[in-house]
Amino acid sequence: MVTSLIGVLFDGLAYGSLLFLISNGLSVTMGLMNFVNLAHGAFAMLGGYACVALMRRGVPFLVTLPLVFLAVALLGAVLERALYRRLYRAPHLDQVLFSIGLTFVAVAATTWAFGPSQQPVELPPFLRGQLHLAGVDLGKYRLFLVALVVLITVDLEFLIGRTRFGARVRAAVDSQTAAAGLGIDVNRVFSVTFAMGTGLAGLGGALGIDILGLDPTFALKYLVYFLLAVAVGGAGSIKGTAVAAIVLGVFDVAGKYYVPEAGAFIIYALMVVLMILFPAGLYGRRA
Amino acid sequence: MRVEPAGGRAEVGAPEPSSRLPHDRWGPLEIAFWLAPIPCYFLFPGYLVLASQVFITSLFALSLDLILGYAGIVSLGHAAFFGIGAYTAGLLAAHGWGEPLSGLAAGGALAAAVGFLVSFLVVRGGDLARLMVTLGIGQLVYEAANKAASVTGGVDGLGGVAMGKLLGRFSFDLEGRAAWIYSFLVLFACFALARRVVASPFGLSLRGIRENDRRMPALGTPVRRRLVAVFALSAGLAGVAGALLAQTTQFVGLEVLGFTRSAELLIILVLGGTGRLYGALVGAPLFMLAQNYLSGIDPTYWQFWLGLLLVAAVLFGRGGIMGMADRLRARLPGRAAR
Repeated sequence: MVTSLIGVLFDGLAYGSLLFLISNGLSVTMGLMNFVNLAHGAFAMLGGYACVALMRRGVPFLVTLPLVFLAVALLGAVLERALYRRLYRAPHLDQVLFSIGLTFVAVAATTWAFGPSQQPVELPPFLRGQLHLAGVDLGKYRLFLVALVVLITVDLEFLIGRTRFGARVRAAVDSQTAAAGLGIDVNRVFSVTFAMGTGLAGLGGALGIDILGLDPTFALKYLVYFLLAVAVGGAGSIKGTAVAAIVLGVFDVAGKYYVPEAGAFIIYALMVVLMILFPAGLYGRRA
Repeated sequence: MRVEPAGGRAEVGAPEPSSRLPHDRWGPLEIAFWLAPIPCYFLFPGYLVLASQVFITSLFALSLDLILGYAGIVSLGHAAFFGIGAYTAGLLAAHGWGEPLSGLAAGGALAAAVGFLVSFLVVRGGDLARLMVTLGIGQLVYEAANKAASVTGGVDGLGGVAMGKLLGRFSFDLEGRAAWIYSFLVLFACFALARRVVASPFGLSLRGIRENDRRMPALGTPVRRRLVAVFALSAGLAGVAGALLAQTTQFVGLEVLGFTRSAELLIILVLGGTGRLYGALVGAPLFMLAQNYLSGIDPTYWQFWLGLLLVAAVLFGRGGIMGMADRLRARLPGRAAR
């Protein structure tokens, strides 16, 4: 019982850290640019497909990860410059429709290119199997995933908290007008953070093939979870998104393990309750 | 400098409110619009089934227009009410209550009741919270219907819906003649109701709330009560649309509750034009005819072009088809902007 509980907690943690990795970029677009980007799941999905396409050409799994990050970040930067930028001041409804449109295009394009079935991923041998730790079986891949996400989070915290670029991002989140008045190029800050956020989503999509699966419905199926992590955590807050993602991950895995008949019910009920209790999110600053 | 709308509510591209009070007279264009389907009934007997589906979707879009176009509430879960209406009417008929009109009323009433309860969760909070709560409620209802397979039939759908005769005389035939007339008349009745509502002082106060929900309380408008009322009404109309679908197709599938239905509905309304009532009635037939034609070629292509169309519509075509028609009309000589 205790060991199964630890196992469930660990799986939930791995799942939650994956959610966090992907949702981070969405949190930035919502908090920083006040843009409801429903195409975020599509960026994660494209990252997954980029990983699959590279591995088919014989690139090892670990090498694909930085390449996927760069490719999806580049795509994000191009789209931000060309399209997203025009809609920063548009009403939320326009943003929602625009990003649903992008998602539909991405879903149709991947169905056309890869077919509607699940994509397999061949993990390298040292990431397969279980590890015995104090009587508990932990999946090696999930350990690797948690470690990687912790590493990325520490880097992000350093980037946002300690560097000049991070100071600009924080200033722009607090007040765009004042930041622009101080000579900060807010537009460039937006572009770079958007590209990084989409890149991280793509990386999360690639890392998540083994856990979440990958098919063209990915973009919409998991979008709810990403939105959830951001909305519950409070848009624009890294800490809030992390806490919310891990809580959601643990609840979802525990719910599916202990009360499988309730299915996805728990997660949606949790969302509605949390949204009512905290309309601005757990760590939200804008009421 | 653009003035930000207070309260951060959705600006929905609805027409600018005119200074004149709305009136209730039916113009010649409107009458022509409502007479237009009647020759189609005789000219295209092979398309009666599709036409009933178009009427039902129009009614569903009309219900969303009440909350989105008039009250400014963005909903990503309106299919929940459509599905509640569909399952209510379907279950009643499957368990021996096949009388159509009372089944329709029951579907609408139950959906309105659920909408009333849910509305208290929806009207609080900003756009994002509303999006999330409606999305979450839509998914909750979907999951509930999926899990309660012993009642709803789950993914296999609810079969055995045996409809009685309409008014005790007209039975639902395979060619869909009775279904066509029935859906058309229900759509017209609901439209007349919605038209009356939006032209009333109540409808006017909704538009005030959409434009500025901080100032309306200063005029003595109970903002929350108004939003709750229109949300329940809208949910009820969506339920009627769902019940119509269940009765005319004599089947209820799980996809009546799906997210895709909510998203497509939003697209239909925005393509047609929000806040105009007729936007819903123009968007639905165009969308469904295009879908019928294009997805017949290949469903994947349809989704691709739909996505592209949405992106283009947002970037270039504010206000949808009816908005463009308004702009064209404003340019015609001798017809100053309203």
